[in-house]
Amino acid sequence: MPETVRHTGMRRSAALIWPALALLLLLTLNLLKLDHGRVALSLDFFRFTIVDGHLYGSLIDVLNRAAPALLTALGMTLVIATGGVDLSVGAVLAIAGALAAVLLTHTSAGVGAIVAVALGASLLAGLWNGVLVAALGVQPIVATLILMVAGRGVAQLLTDGQIITFERPAFGFIGGGYLLGLPFTVTIAAAMFLLTAVLTRLTALGLFIEAAGSNETASRYAGVQVGLVKLLAYGGCGLCAGVAGLIIASDIQAADANNAGLYFELDAILAVVIGGTALTGGRFSLVGTILGALLIQTLTTTILTRGVPVEYTLVVKALVVLVVCLLQSAALREMLLRGRRRA
Amino acid sequence: MRLPLARKNVPVAATTLVCVLLYVAACLRYEHFFSWLVFINFFGDNAVLGLAAIGVTFVILGGGIDLSMGAIIGCTSITVAKLITAGHVHPLIAIGLVLALGAAFGAGMGSVIQFFRLPPFLVTLAGMFLARGTGLVISQESVDIRHPLYTAVSDFSALNIPGTGLPMLPATALIFLGVLLIAMYTAGYTRFGRNVYALGGSEPSALLMGLPVGRTKIATYSISAFCSALAGVVHTLYTSSGSAAEAGKMLELDAIAAVVIGGTLLTGGVGYVFGTLIGVLICGIIQTAIMFEGTLNSWWTRIAIGVLLLAFILLQKLVQARAAGRT
Repeated sequence: MPETVRHTGMRRSAALIWPALALLLLLTLNLLKLDHGRVALSLDFFRFTIVDGHLYGSLIDVLNRAAPALLTALGMTLVIATGGVDLSVGAVLAIAGALAAVLLTHTSAGVGAIVAVALGASLLAGLWNGVLVAALGVQPIVATLILMVAGRGVAQLLTDGQIITFERPAFGFIGGGYLLGLPFTVTIAAAMFLLTAVLTRLTALGLFIEAAGSNETASRYAGVQVGLVKLLAYGGCGLCAGVAGLIIASDIQAADANNAGLYFELDAILAVVIGGTALTGGRFSLVGTILGALLIQTLTTTILTRGVPVEYTLVVKALVVLVVCLLQSAALREMLLRGRRRA
Repeated sequence: MRLPLARKNVPVAATTLVCVLLYVAACLRYEHFFSWLVFINFFGDNAVLGLAAIGVTFVILGGGIDLSMGAIIGCTSITVAKLITAGHVHPLIAIGLVLALGAAFGAGMGSVIQFFRLPPFLVTLAGMFLARGTGLVISQESVDIRHPLYTAVSDFSALNIPGTGLPMLPATALIFLGVLLIAMYTAGYTRFGRNVYALGGSEPSALLMGLPVGRTKIATYSISAFCSALAGVVHTLYTSSGSAAEAGKMLELDAIAAVVIGGTLLTGGVGYVFGTLIGVLICGIIQTAIMFEGTLNSWWTRIAIGVLLLAFILLQKLVQARAAGRT
């Protein structure tokens, strides 16, 4: 037992090294370029250009495109830290986008009000998950499976099964605008990250979340309101998914209830796990989640810019997941240690 | 109030009751719903979902989870289609090959879960990406299959039962029902089946009892992947084509939903393969009823299945709470 205690203690600080190293490796890989069969140094991936006061470049593109997954993964981190998981983020994201699109096309409401309504709906969806998990004690996978199955149906109901397109510059700014030279999505992601970090690390909330995830019964006896903590985590996760949904809808100027955020829950969970947050709960790393989300997006962008056929993306992703998970596997480390001792 | 049946059977009994009530209600509401053709189509049209759901029932009974079913269906369907059309391999050889590959793939995922102590959720997620990705690498477009054997199978499915004017069960339904019977026997009446239940009930206890925990766990994932591969083959029989992108899309969640509606607990150790059949049939009846309604709005199916999921989970909670209150 002391062995495992030491492991977790060590991993807390060391956990960030693996995703950081992987990201660095991937970026270094982008320094090299195959030129007529010879490997040459190239800074193409790291080049920035300024057009009309806006920054452009592959790295900016990575940040911009990673924003929705990053936001979803932020909320997911909190849920996973409580020992749960939220499968419904893709569906919630689709609902937020669909609701915004319907309101934009069928009413004359202001963009601010529409954003508020869509975010309110996604917060409600998250709280619904939270009530099922915290108040009724339903397993998180099952509880959120309900909304995952039904939620996309609700989104399709809202849009009547159609892809709703709209044109509203003020709304388009969310996903396509620029603030201080950077894409506005990056600003949103950074703001949400800071907000989450402040809420969880400067208040006791983060500690409560970790307590609820590591030992629910003990936390309850220690006076932690486990139910409330979980409710907040799921609510926050729904809200984050809603923001991501608005970004996606705004970016493509349309709401596609069928395909928006398809398999998004899996990418979000992946980002969280790559970032060193264990699926068993009890501890979390927001910085790790950011590294995880950036790693996934850098991988995708690298594959695209390298001219590797798109269909290989999933295969490469699967292999990266496996390798990162194996690196974090205590069992594998033990096996290797034992082997070294014997040798 | 005392129920005349064991408490652990309440969820599956309730599910069966709901299934029958739904069927009767649909028969009363829609003309022509009560027909032999509609009835056999519940099995024929849902064979792909049903096979995957039967496979994942074993994994869930053993306390695990599998997310790779849909992707395996896509991958096997395109592999079979490509082998037959581009490789000119005989369909039977192609089918045998993908079934073996499927079982091996599942055993691989199970081994990683068992030996490296990684969460099944993650490993099968990686497996899902790998299978879907491999399928897309093989071909991104769907491939039509033209082969005498496939024609023979579809001719066979169009036959009538001798002596009556009634159509026979299609080949896909026969495969589904055959696998169902084997699975029910395996789960309920074999040593392996008992081991799976024990493993799902409590892994440490199963280990202390000296049961082959590792072998059993790996076998459940292998069974699930094999059933999914078979579902992929059935998909090619059903549509006479293979598609890496479309076959089995989002099916893993429908299959898990069918298992849960069928009264199996996701925590493992409690449930029946028969329940999964009922879960699949309920999804089929809802889908057909919505089709008869004439709206063709598939989203109502999703909402209805979500509501049913909720109802059954609450029922299970109630049963568990009563059980806890008595002891």
